Amino acid sequence: MMKTDFRKEPLYIAVLAGLLCLAFFLPSWMRFLLQTALAGGLVSLGVVVQMRAGLVNFGQGLYYCLGGYAVGMLAVKLGITETVILLPAAVIVAVIAGGTLGLLLSRYREIFYAMLSLAVSMILYGLLVKAASLGSTDGFNVPPLSLFGWTPDRAIHGDVNYIVTVVLVVLACIATARYLMSGAGMLCEAVAENEIRLQYLGASPRRVVFISIVVAAALSGLGGGLYAMSINHVDPLMTNWTTSGGFVFVALLAGRGSTIAPVLGFFLLELVRTVALDVAPNAWQLILGLVMLAVILLLPDGLWSLISRRAKS
Amino acid sequence: MTNEPLLVTDNIEKRFGGVVAAQEISISLFRGETVAVIGSNGAGKTTFVNMVTGYLKPSSGQILFKGRDITGMSPQDTARIGIRRSFQISQIFPQLTVLENIMIADIAALEGKGGLSARAIKSDRIHAAHASLARFDLDKFATSDVGTLPQGVKKKLDIAMAAIDDPALILLDEPTSGVSVDEKISMMESVIEPLKGDDATVMFIEHDMDIVTRFAERTVAFYEGTILADGPTADVLKNNKVREYVIGGVHA
Repeated sequence: MMKTDFRKEPLYIAVLAGLLCLAFFLPSWMRFLLQTALAGGLVSLGVVVQMRAGLVNFGQGLYYCLGGYAVGMLAVKLGITETVILLPAAVIVAVIAGGTLGLLLSRYREIFYAMLSLAVSMILYGLLVKAASLGSTDGFNVPPLSLFGWTPDRAIHGDVNYIVTVVLVVLACIATARYLMSGAGMLCEAVAENEIRLQYLGASPRRVVFISIVVAAALSGLGGGLYAMSINHVDPLMTNWTTSGGFVFVALLAGRGSTIAPVLGFFLLELVRTVALDVAPNAWQLILGLVMLAVILLLPDGLWSLISRRAKS
Repeated sequence: MTNEPLLVTDNIEKRFGGVVAAQEISISLFRGETVAVIGSNGAGKTTFVNMVTGYLKPSSGQILFKGRDITGMSPQDTARIGIRRSFQISQIFPQLTVLENIMIADIAALEGKGGLSARAIKSDRIHAAHASLARFDLDKFATSDVGTLPQGVKKKLDIAMAAIDDPALILLDEPTSGVSVDEKISMMESVIEPLKGDDATVMFIEHDMDIVTRFAERTVAFYEGTILADGPTADVLKNNKVREYVIGGVHA
């Protein structure tokens, strides 16, 4: 069993795509929950990508927020409401931020990486909270977006948004799988385990880490853009540490064996949260905490290890 | 074989504050040579290896590799131009399989040549990795997790990884340390033979004089940061100073 072998990914992603197609017929509240969870799942996938290099990013919400605000501000301030322009813009903004920060962050490891990334995300939070023109803590509303110049009726807008989300999430998983299968993806494990040795073999750990930061930023920017498109609202909480902590939570819960694990894991978390809130309004955080504890104690490699273990036997 | 030396260290010196770890080290290594480095603990053997591979920058002096000045290059850059090393305590990727360790060495060597963007696990790379393992008699461990293997196997894997990409110069830091006395000779045989087959220059640090006599044509003896003797192994081991300061005891 090889930890760096992602050659089965196309199969897993096909399964994900199939499930998401079937989910089109879910009750609308649950499908909407799934749609927003998919956006968050991409950010958790970004966290997973960095975890493979041994780095825990406690500020991944930064790129999520930048993606969301990029969509929101272009739509509100410049009046561009075209999905085909806005979502790529969200990714580009996040990649520029990731590329710039990556030059600095790729020098740091362990707790220093975690704290520095957290600090940068909280700086953005602080700025947005103070920005009265962007609605301060309330954020602002994003108008409904058009698709290739066509603005769907209110009745089917939800369907269209769901389909756009599913297509982009599946494409993002495919792109990420290709990255994980590449040399840059494989060397992440080597960085996590023995950086000195990797240098003596002629590779640059900093470059490997930098690439993972940029890939994670792109995924998170897309996630933020999809979130803004789905709920038509953005606010500074997107880059608060509690949001970022949630992404790390899901990354640990789901495991790093597949691109689809964090995407599905995020939905599972949302579902548990919704049900827990319904069953025990005063104790839902306790329930969530117990779930986390159980996963860490019983399945240290995350829920995905249930599937990979079965595949092995 | 040309007479142009592969590696020249010209009077290199390393100081840590007031401590002189190595001084006046001038050595020339030629293509295809197998050279042993002997010396007691603290004699400057590993400091020498660390300077050549760029882990430590010499306080003064110059290092030339293939005629090019490489003084102060990073380990990464010296690895790319063809200097690789193995470690006294094996430096490997413990949670991955043996096969993955070798494939990572292969990808790392290709980093500047598209190794990062190309698919990592391909059938030709797997074949090549198995072939490398077979040369060092490690193929039977291919699918084992490295962390679970005995020390001798880990050390061989460390050397096999250093040999990927056919480096011109391989430095082995105590290849037989941590290996039981009966296995030392066979261990050296199984690593030196494949390396010689590549016509690489091999320099190894060793404490066991039987191994030095058996595997090295030439020996360099270090003592307190300086070179005590450098020449054909038999001559160096007969040298009185070497017998007194390095080998110790045997001259009595």
